Amino acid sequence: MSASASEAGYLLPEPAEIVEKRTYGSDIHAYRLRLCDPSARPRFDFMPGQFNMVYAPGVGEVAISISSDPDDEDLEHTIRIVGRVTRVIERLQVGDVLGLRGPYGHGWPLQEARWRDVLVVTGGLGCAPVTGAIDYMFRRRASYGRISILHGVKKPTDLVHRERFEAWRREPNCYVGLTSDTPERSWRDRVGVVTELFEEVEIDLDLTVVFMCGPEVMIRFAARILERRGVPASRIFVSMERNMKCAVGLCGHCQFGPEFVCKDGPIFSMPRIARFYGVRGL
Amino acid sequence: MPEPTQRLWLERSRLQQLLDSLGERGFEVHGPVVRDGALVLAPVRAVEELAVGWRESQAPGRYRIEQSGSERVFDVVNGPGSLKPFVFAAREPLIRVEMDGPGGGFRAHATLPEERAVAVVGVRACDLAALAVQDRVFLHDRYPDPYYAARRRGLFLVAVSCTRSASTCFCTSLDTGPEATTGFDVALSELEGGFVARAGSPAGEDLLAELALPEAPAETCVAERRALDACAEAMPRKLDPSDLPELLYDNLDHPRWDDVAERCLSCGNCTQVCPTCFCHDERDEPSLDSGHSLRVREWDSCFSLEHSYLHGMQVRSRIRDRYRQWLMHKLATWIDQFGSSGCVGCGRCISWCPVGIDLTQEVAALRERSA
Repeated sequence: MSASASEAGYLLPEPAEIVEKRTYGSDIHAYRLRLCDPSARPRFDFMPGQFNMVYAPGVGEVAISISSDPDDEDLEHTIRIVGRVTRVIERLQVGDVLGLRGPYGHGWPLQEARWRDVLVVTGGLGCAPVTGAIDYMFRRRASYGRISILHGVKKPTDLVHRERFEAWRREPNCYVGLTSDTPERSWRDRVGVVTELFEEVEIDLDLTVVFMCGPEVMIRFAARILERRGVPASRIFVSMERNMKCAVGLCGHCQFGPEFVCKDGPIFSMPRIARFYGVRGL
Repeated sequence: MPEPTQRLWLERSRLQQLLDSLGERGFEVHGPVVRDGALVLAPVRAVEELAVGWRESQAPGRYRIEQSGSERVFDVVNGPGSLKPFVFAAREPLIRVEMDGPGGGFRAHATLPEERAVAVVGVRACDLAALAVQDRVFLHDRYPDPYYAARRRGLFLVAVSCTRSASTCFCTSLDTGPEATTGFDVALSELEGGFVARAGSPAGEDLLAELALPEAPAETCVAERRALDACAEAMPRKLDPSDLPELLYDNLDHPRWDDVAERCLSCGNCTQVCPTCFCHDERDEPSLDSGHSLRVREWDSCFSLEHSYLHGMQVRSRIRDRYRQWLMHKLATWIDQFGSSGCVGCGRCISWCPVGIDLTQEVAALRERSA
């Protein structure tokens, strides 16, 4: 391979075999992937919040956050079926091969959050970009203070990972609050929007770091309330989503104001994006 | 060997020798020629193929070209094409994937372009500035682009400083012209009877040395200075960059965005003629038998709805959102991203806009009623 061909190495998807597939609800699948060439694994070292481009050979790529633990040999991607590429991925089974290139972007500030309380606010389906960070903290429980997880859904059936929330709920020094916008007879948790759960958690203003992931309107309101309560904006971190094609800051699709969400994000501190956050059509 | 700053005299009748020398050095020579009523950069062998005697008139939404009968070779300022396609191909394969069948393994390899030596004659200062902007984007960011790099390495640039401007030009506002000051191998200024020539690189020095040109007389250098200054003085269009990027950041909800959206067709012409716009799409194009697939990248435009596709919706669903994205990227966020303006003042987006939207006027309107 010539020197210039290796320069293009970051564009080449690495084959990875599906070693496990779990299905949640009707349209979410978690794929545990093992690189066909194990010697490539160090290149895929990541922190939760970073993402890979997952490639359906001959079809195309989608940007999906990595939901496994960085210490696991296998890489896990939890994929919601929404478009052309994910519909092809949905048909793949254990033993089939996908492509991966990455990891891209910056993860959650899990080093900076050590010895602090962490408040996780999520909304909507999946909340995949942050579940990896929550598992990461519980696997290193002694390094983190109180962990509070507030999760809001539109309707009870949108809660696809209930067993995960129940497991976290049993952890010591942890609070899990679930809420649904619309009630249903089987729903025993709160009814209302996720920001109403803020009344139920104690927030140590000096210690708390906030991780947020979900609809921009939810994050905007949540950030406003938290800042009003005295949480410094610099300790509020947000996961952003935009259209991604190249993942290396060149195709231009993921621009959000001056940021390229792929290489500058997808995790941003609130002050960095506050000026543009919530501006319609940006 | 001449000093880099030494000004030499190239008689018009000897321009052919310059083209010939480039050809002998293995370059595929491109220059400004008239085709389908506009100036394009195309392969040339002889001076007669160049746009000799042609002049253009440009205005918002208007581009016309006519023969003046003059001997001058480089009187047409520009056409819709810039250096961009020479380094950033409008469409090219990035990788080729050999596939073993559905669900099976695959092997991917890069399809880098073959390196070619290409000389472009008649490059304007604004386009040299645009190339420097693109170098920053493609070569000096976190992931240098090897496809761009391969094309860029083979490029030899013969610039022409402008002694004439189009009515749509505003390079003086952005300090990118009309004189070619950097980023070229050889620079020419066209005067009566010939060109003042100077080298800007060792390769350029070598070429000029081969031509054994006489030194330009002092009065010729004075005439060159006068012509360049007169061109700068006469440039009618202005864009005041002094309050950028803040002017745009402070006016994200300005009523002017609705006003321009009433006129803008969202056709994307401005992005296609812009010498710095780099947005592109990437998609897989599988062979009919699914044996292999090419990942192809192709110029895209932030004026297309698909550009901001997210989960079955478009983030920038309104034309005002898309025009604001384009203008804000060119003049404001580019500065944060890459340390310079994304606009070089070539004015192409003004001429080639079918409804004649003029970004300098849009900026002035935003400023007039700024928040």
